[in-house]
Amino acid sequence: MLNEIQKQILQQVADMTDIPAGAVNIRSDGQKEFRRNTENIEIVSKTDKDGIDILIKPHTKHENVHIPVVLTKSGFHDMVYNDFFVGEGAEVRIVAGCGIHNCGSCDSEHDGIHTFHIGKNAKVTYIEKHYGEGSGGGKRILNPQTVVYLEEGASITMETSQLAGVDDTKRYTKIVAEGENAEILITEKLLTHDDQHAVSEMDVILNGSGSKTRVISRSVAKDSSTQLFYPRVQGNCDCFGHVSCDAIIMGRAKVRAIPEISCNHVDASLIHEAAIGRIAGEQLLKLETLGLTPEQAEEKILEGFLR
Amino acid sequence: MLEIRDLCLTANDEAGRTDILKHICLTVDDNKFVVITGPNGGGKTTLCKAIMGLAQPTAGQILWNGADITNLSITDRAKLGVCYGFQQPPRFKGMRVADLLAIAAGRKLSHDEACAYLTQVGLCARDYLSRDVDASLSGGEVKRIEIATLLAKDAPLMLFDEPEAGIDLWSFARLTETFRELHDRRTHTIIIISHQERIIRLADEILLVANGELAARGSVDELYPRILADTVTGCNMLEVNGSC
Repeated sequence: MLNEIQKQILQQVADMTDIPAGAVNIRSDGQKEFRRNTENIEIVSKTDKDGIDILIKPHTKHENVHIPVVLTKSGFHDMVYNDFFVGEGAEVRIVAGCGIHNCGSCDSEHDGIHTFHIGKNAKVTYIEKHYGEGSGGGKRILNPQTVVYLEEGASITMETSQLAGVDDTKRYTKIVAEGENAEILITEKLLTHDDQHAVSEMDVILNGSGSKTRVISRSVAKDSSTQLFYPRVQGNCDCFGHVSCDAIIMGRAKVRAIPEISCNHVDASLIHEAAIGRIAGEQLLKLETLGLTPEQAEEKILEGFLR
Repeated sequence: MLEIRDLCLTANDEAGRTDILKHICLTVDDNKFVVITGPNGGGKTTLCKAIMGLAQPTAGQILWNGADITNLSITDRAKLGVCYGFQQPPRFKGMRVADLLAIAAGRKLSHDEACAYLTQVGLCARDYLSRDVDASLSGGEVKRIEIATLLAKDAPLMLFDEPEAGIDLWSFARLTETFRELHDRRTHTIIIISHQERIIRLADEILLVANGELAARGSVDELYPRILADTVTGCNMLEVNGSC
């Protein structure tokens, strides 16, 4: 049975108010809390290390997989390996959030390493939310790694967000379009505050002819927080890639964005854009003319920016 | 009623002191439709911004319905019923047209309500409600969305700063109708900065603002022909070898 803290965290990271339909695996403080398989999706515990294999049959359509992780014990360090095998032509939505509730004085940490093997023409939507809460002095640390291999015509739409309470995060994402016409869409949203620190590194490698990627990063850094973005896109064939990093800085925050594009083929077309700055004064004034206070205007602008 | 008493605005910059507004006195009765016109750089936008609180006058008073709003914040003026449509509206990454209209209305709007506001500016709700008000929209589209936010705000005093700028002929015709319908209801005081005859022809009164002063005011029939007859401005002398 889930307790109230677990339920609250699951709602934050996976929009779960109850056990959802489809395949489900809930991990809490390093233990399997709940698991459900479906006819087409099997979740199997690994025997050589901590983690699970998620096996999705070919041509599985419109099914969901929820694999949230909850940490509530202060000082707990969790390291988990989850491998996804998505069969040819499958279309699935995978929700994999992690929430830490740390009321103690020791640091709590979850390091999740997710590897996806996405079969021919399969389409995966991968949603990952990170969240931290708790009044203790112990840090809430999340270090996710996501590695994805796409076969011909396969696609991944990856939406990651970390909007509150995570003190330290180091994210690494590697996506390889191995097959022809593979598509990669990454949207990353990040909000840091107080003394939080976040690093996001990314390698997107386009090896398959006609492959495409779009990487969108939106972040807000408040107070004294710091952020570093280092997205790298490599085009090794006729391919298209677009990277855009947008950040709003407030207070004494610092943001560094280093988008890198490497074209190793004459028909590779890669673009990057990066913009960092405070909220435009004209935006605040416009919303004030509609009756919002400067504080309400700022909140609305940030809400839209990180939507 | 809007009352402006002896309004002055002086800017101090590297070039020294510049008097942008010079002793402007003006009253606009409730539910009137007034067009402000005049040469570029004459002070029209600054005057409207001063009414909204976007520019702070150095002297004088602004009264709205008898209350002195000269030193009120923009937000407080908006709450008292003043609203201003920007000449170059800002764009917002991530904010949808529907969100902006909801902020303007002060509540979540039904699809039909939002659709009605967009239709009045010649935009189709199906195409635009879920779009972001960002750089993907053209200047004319952002401008029309700006006007739609003022319609959604439904403030008793509406100030529009060159609403026609950047808008195509077809949409402009629709917009003119919207202003006409709004004025026919006689429920709003409308002040529009414009250089377009079709908008000027709708006005109860024209104000000519030039060189920081209210140079003339009068009915369209009386003042517009005079303005047209005197529109040669600036330097028309060709410079050859350093002399005119």
